Amino acid sequence: MLRLLFHTQLSLGIAQAGFVGATALIVAMLSWRRGARAGAEIPLALVRGLAQILLIGSILALLMRGPWWTAIPLLLVMIFIAATIVRQRVPRLPGAYTLSLWCMSAGAGGVILVMAAAGIIDTRIAMLVPVGSMIIAQNMNIQSLFLNRLLAELESHRGEIESALALGAQPEAAVAPYLQAAFHASLIPATDNLRSLGIVWIPGIMTGMLLSGASPIYAALYQFVILAMIFTAGGLSCLTATRLAPSRVFTRFQQLRTGL
Amino acid sequence: MPAPVLKTVDLSRTVIIGPETRPILQNISFAVQPGEVLAITGPSGAGKSTLLRLLNRLDEPSSGDVLVHGTSFRSLSPRELRRRLGMVMQRAFLFPGTVYGNVRYGPAQHGVPFSNRDADALLEQVGMAGYGDRDALTLSGGEAQRISIARTLANQPEVLLLDEPTSALDPDAKQAVELLLARVVRERQVACAWVTHDYAQARRVADRILRIEAGAVTALGTPAAVLLEQE
Repeated sequence: MLRLLFHTQLSLGIAQAGFVGATALIVAMLSWRRGARAGAEIPLALVRGLAQILLIGSILALLMRGPWWTAIPLLLVMIFIAATIVRQRVPRLPGAYTLSLWCMSAGAGGVILVMAAAGIIDTRIAMLVPVGSMIIAQNMNIQSLFLNRLLAELESHRGEIESALALGAQPEAAVAPYLQAAFHASLIPATDNLRSLGIVWIPGIMTGMLLSGASPIYAALYQFVILAMIFTAGGLSCLTATRLAPSRVFTRFQQLRTGL
Repeated sequence: MPAPVLKTVDLSRTVIIGPETRPILQNISFAVQPGEVLAITGPSGAGKSTLLRLLNRLDEPSSGDVLVHGTSFRSLSPRELRRRLGMVMQRAFLFPGTVYGNVRYGPAQHGVPFSNRDADALLEQVGMAGYGDRDALTLSGGEAQRISIARTLANQPEVLLLDEPTSALDPDAKQAVELLLARVVRERQVACAWVTHDYAQARRVADRILRIEAGAVTALGTPAAVLLEQE
């Protein structure tokens, strides 16, 4: 119906965004009335998401004809902002920002760098920025899940952890089972995405490639490549976190911090 | 009198809560000899468990010292201190896996060989012979606490820190664990600091009693003297 009313791509896009935004707001309002805390966050998240994606679209339009390396500062800024968002999810974890920054640099940063160097990610800005941002965004979600779950595990297993410390365990050994649990839990969405790929869902990038005339087989393979990269980046960032997180949750005298 | 195994000198802990600095423990000084049980009593919230946590360095003292055979705790690594000052908590908090796995945990952390035969000897000592292959998480409260004691003893501690080890147990298990601990202290000649809010238990098990109220020592002496003064 909207297509009948709006004839230019821009006006159609604004109308589509307005329609789905209004639908999401209704859902947010219903959630809020049912007492869901997330309900209050949704309107702000919608406005913020729209503003940000428009900003990136504008920047991409400006950069489209520039050299490939102009994507690097853009992706770096994304990683810095992603680390800030992760920190907001775990405000009581000391050094959460630098921890997330290191982990996502190792995960998303490392994967983008290696895959671009290997020619798996096209280094044209129009591909490098969207694909890179997808990897960073998913990496941010995985990192948030990891730290959130880790803190919940530490809180509910404080007795076991302190028992292990009291027996002379290294802090890393005392929290090892809970790091593993957080690692496993944080990768469940990425693993499920891989498992259900093509059966439960056909992701957006594949749809976009098909619409732009790419071979369906190549589009399918490339979608797998992207999800595998997201999984690899997530795994790398969580592996880095399992090495770095213990120093944040223990004091220098090997005591489990309180109030995490 | 033999030299004390464990000695504290003006041990204190303060915590900062918002704008306020709150003293939790103030100038706690005492000494425990080998084979001696010092019961630490006092009302809830007096700081008894905090004191044990400071001795084991699960929490950090703000000032004062803990001496183990005359050596300051600050010159020992936390891991070494914790091996030498074995702690049994109010709840057993056994680790998932077998009883053997739990008993071997401490020595494994320190790279000390510890066979199933060594574990069996300990399990027999705590009245749990034949339990080695059992799933640790399926044990009753009393059984779990005995395994927890065996797990602590496997590290060959010089001091036993007991944080209300029988408070979560039924009367029969409580009596059995109490007798077991008294025997272990006597046979191994370890120094023992035993936190209890139960004065009758303190009278039964202790050679001396340290009473703490509102974070400060209010009495230290024989059970008869301390409990008489209280009555």
